[in-house]
Amino acid sequence: MNDTVRQFRDFFVSLRLTVVLLALSMILVFAATLDQVNLGIWAVQEKYFHSLFVLWRIPGTAIPLPVFPGGYLIGGFLLVNLISAHVYRFKLTWRKSGIFLTHAGLILLLIGELLTGLWQEEFQLRLKEGETKSYAESYRYNELAIINTTDPKFDDVVAIPDQLLADQTPIQHPHLPFRVMTKEYYPNADLRMRASTGDNPSLATAGLGPQITVTPLPLTYKQDERNWPAAFVELVGPEGSLGTWLVSPQLPAPQAFEYGGHSWRIGMRAQRAYKPFSLQLEKFSHDVYVGTDIPKNFSSRLHLQTADGRDDREVLIYMNNPLRYAGLTFYQASYDGEHTTILQVVRNPSWRLPYISCAMVALGLIVQFGIHLIGFIGKRRAATA
Amino acid sequence: MKRFIPFLLLLLGLALIGRSLLPPRNPAKFDVIGFSRLPVLMNGRIKPMDTVARTSLLVLCNNVSNDPANNDAARSHRIATPDDRLLTPNEWFLDLVFDGAKADTYQVIVIDNPDVLSLFHLQAEEGLGKRRFSFLQIRKYLPELERQAQLAEPVDSQARNAFQRSVVQLQSNVILYLRLKESLVASDSADFLGDLMDFQKILPAGVEAVRAKEAKKTYDEAAARQLLDYGERFDHMGQLGYILAVAPAAGESDANGWRNAGTALMETFQTGAVNPHVMAYAGLAHTWRADRPDEFNEIIRLYRAELEKGFPAALAKCDAEMRYNNVKPFTTAKMLYVVALFAALFSWLYWPREFGRGAFSLVALAWLLTTAGILTRMWLEGRPPVTNLYSASLFVGWVAVAFCLGLEYLYRNGIGSAAAGLIGFSTLLIASYLELGGDTLEMMRAVLDSNFWLSTHVLTVVAGYGATYLAGFLALIYIVRGVFTKSLDKATADTLARMVYGIVCFATLFSLIGTILGGIWADQSWGRFWGWDPKENGALIIVIWNAIILHARWGGLVKQRGLMCLAVFGNIVTSWSFFGVNLLGVGLHNYGFVEATFWWLLAFVASQLVFIAIANLPLAKWRSFRA
Repeated sequence: MNDTVRQFRDFFVSLRLTVVLLALSMILVFAATLDQVNLGIWAVQEKYFHSLFVLWRIPGTAIPLPVFPGGYLIGGFLLVNLISAHVYRFKLTWRKSGIFLTHAGLILLLIGELLTGLWQEEFQLRLKEGETKSYAESYRYNELAIINTTDPKFDDVVAIPDQLLADQTPIQHPHLPFRVMTKEYYPNADLRMRASTGDNPSLATAGLGPQITVTPLPLTYKQDERNWPAAFVELVGPEGSLGTWLVSPQLPAPQAFEYGGHSWRIGMRAQRAYKPFSLQLEKFSHDVYVGTDIPKNFSSRLHLQTADGRDDREVLIYMNNPLRYAGLTFYQASYDGEHTTILQVVRNPSWRLPYISCAMVALGLIVQFGIHLIGFIGKRRAATA
Repeated sequence: MKRFIPFLLLLLGLALIGRSLLPPRNPAKFDVIGFSRLPVLMNGRIKPMDTVARTSLLVLCNNVSNDPANNDAARSHRIATPDDRLLTPNEWFLDLVFDGAKADTYQVIVIDNPDVLSLFHLQAEEGLGKRRFSFLQIRKYLPELERQAQLAEPVDSQARNAFQRSVVQLQSNVILYLRLKESLVASDSADFLGDLMDFQKILPAGVEAVRAKEAKKTYDEAAARQLLDYGERFDHMGQLGYILAVAPAAGESDANGWRNAGTALMETFQTGAVNPHVMAYAGLAHTWRADRPDEFNEIIRLYRAELEKGFPAALAKCDAEMRYNNVKPFTTAKMLYVVALFAALFSWLYWPREFGRGAFSLVALAWLLTTAGILTRMWLEGRPPVTNLYSASLFVGWVAVAFCLGLEYLYRNGIGSAAAGLIGFSTLLIASYLELGGDTLEMMRAVLDSNFWLSTHVLTVVAGYGATYLAGFLALIYIVRGVFTKSLDKATADTLARMVYGIVCFATLFSLIGTILGGIWADQSWGRFWGWDPKENGALIIVIWNAIILHARWGGLVKQRGLMCLAVFGNIVTSWSFFGVNLLGVGLHNYGFVEATFWWLLAFVASQLVFIAIANLPLAKWRSFRA
């Protein structure tokens, strides 16, 4: 083995590297925590943890400078360091078994987090008492839905993610006899009824749009607020423009229009994920402690039904007691008034990994420190005897 | 002579505990204690009047952001009246709920902010201790206070300035005061018992008159008017009254049956008879104001006997809680820890064996006392020991001292006792400030309402905090003894290094497992294992720091002094996670904003950095280790 390779190996298996990486990760976590006050939890995760480098824009320009290693870089190095150190120093002895088990558990935890970051999907399910839904909605992403309602037996839906609207790319879809052109897209906007005709005329020429003014707002990062996008969308057929519609999830219902002998509806709504089963809210309960506003319990009694009728039963979801079904987990997340429940719906195929790694780490540390402690007490006995 | 030292110290400890266990005595002829044991429902929990009185007084007299000297004065638990009497909290409370006009002259409401004072056209000098004012003094300008509070409330609680914070706090205190006053009897009535008698008498005629009026027949206008007047007053009481003192019918276990006097009186219109519980309280008010102790005591006895039929368990718990409030085990333990600390310090200078043993027995006593206190709280609340910041602080101290007892048992060199004294005292001191926020036996918010996770995740994490602090405090002992005294010889230094290393191992174990368990809880209740929430990050930073210490030592990157510096820095890391993240005001885990904490935290961090700097003085400057 030549010197370069040895140096390389020594670098990656060294405890010094471990300590430096741990220190870097601590600084990263600390800075990210402080920055949550400014950026909110989502942006912080993107900027600090789901990145190779923490970027800092030179004020006044758009030039990003990497100023600190990001979560993926530090995590990656830690993983390499951990694995190579163990491969290099691996000896199967009792004395080392605890340390080995602990670190294997940590590796599993890191990998689990990486997989979660890649695979996890989160949605919301909002149900009024008596309402039935077979889809969950995203609370961060929206879509433009153009629905052909001509056939009374089914709707033909074309859903366009709002990211495409934001890019303002013209969209042509085989099910649509027209092109969709985005004239204007606001990631967050306030909608009001137009007070008088004196205001600047609306970009919209059809539907509800002309009666509404749109004021763009800065993006909010607060956890208890959400961004309400809005867009002006023009539909262009072979013979020219059909008109420009204002769409936003804030508008209560999709707007109807007729074209080419078909009935259409257009609207922006939260992105939907359809499921092969439906949930009906039978009862939502919200208890507080007597004489206070402190919430005691939230619970939703639901009826779960699959299309094929194999599952047809009642389920109860409450705090700390989610429903796990069909690879999804339903949590009691929030509520809106007395009769509307908000469930969080999560798909995370790697949710079991932390449980396994917790057991491994606990066992490993107990074995390791137990061996130390027994040895130590033995020595004390010998010394005092 | 010197061989009596351990015995004398133990005796002193037992005497302190014994004194605190003496049953409380009535200050005068009135059975104030009997009253203080009566059960009521407030903030979602059945508790004795005693707890309501003490916590209300603490909230009114103090708010957490004030300076400690004043808080201690208020904490002497005596209220001075204008005619120079000293009242216990329960006597003050009796005046407040039964004799409002008198209570309005007592200076109990804290106003610190000079700008707020000027709203009331008051000078600081007009207040008791330049900061406490009577309701009478501020009454005239309450509408202005309300207006200011309405202006301040829309501002995010984190973004409020000192004036806005004080205004909002004061407004909520004033509302508490007014609501307490309206809970048992109508505060503006000169003789509420007489009113109720009168009400009972006119009730049949009044009801008839009102019915006739509704049926558009001729009716007795005066009777109807009188009845409606009573109805309005009772309704007002029902809406304001804070203490739910009227128990449900005997045998009914649903807590929703508890209500305040006003609500219970409104039921009279259906039942036709005034609720006997309300009558009892009106009778107590009457005899309290008329200074007729014998009748007062008799009503207490009869009322209690009546409650005994339906709620024996609640009464027993309230009796126990009242006793617990009086015994104040944590106050006594705090004193014992101080004495133990000094005994341990002395043991390094003179008579190590004797003072060492004395210190050990005092620490053991204090620890047993805190154990008893924590167990009592657990029984009262029906919860695992840690449910809020206050109880976490108690438990951190308990765990750390438990470790210290183990260390002292193994090494018998006074170090464990000294660290125990220091940590035991500090954590109890911090707890006593957290107590100023109100009743510390709180109800758990829905998401936290899980005894399983409270007793696994929370306990392990908090034990990890305790162990990390202990390692830091042991390192402080190493630094102080080494730099400032000649007492740190090679053997002691090595022992301390082994202790710190061992405790850091435990700290890693607990904080790592606790943090992962927390992730699993989050997965159970929110659907994500890890969300980079500030509280989670705080716990993670402690884990990382402990891992750094261990790896740095294993890799030979630090020697003894380096280990000590790292351990001292652990104090900073833990304090930030424990208190600092609460100051950020984001995230799901927040317990609430404690402003003064920020400055204390900063001062603590600075002091720890100073110690680290001192530890880095060249060895030649150390008084120990000099050749």
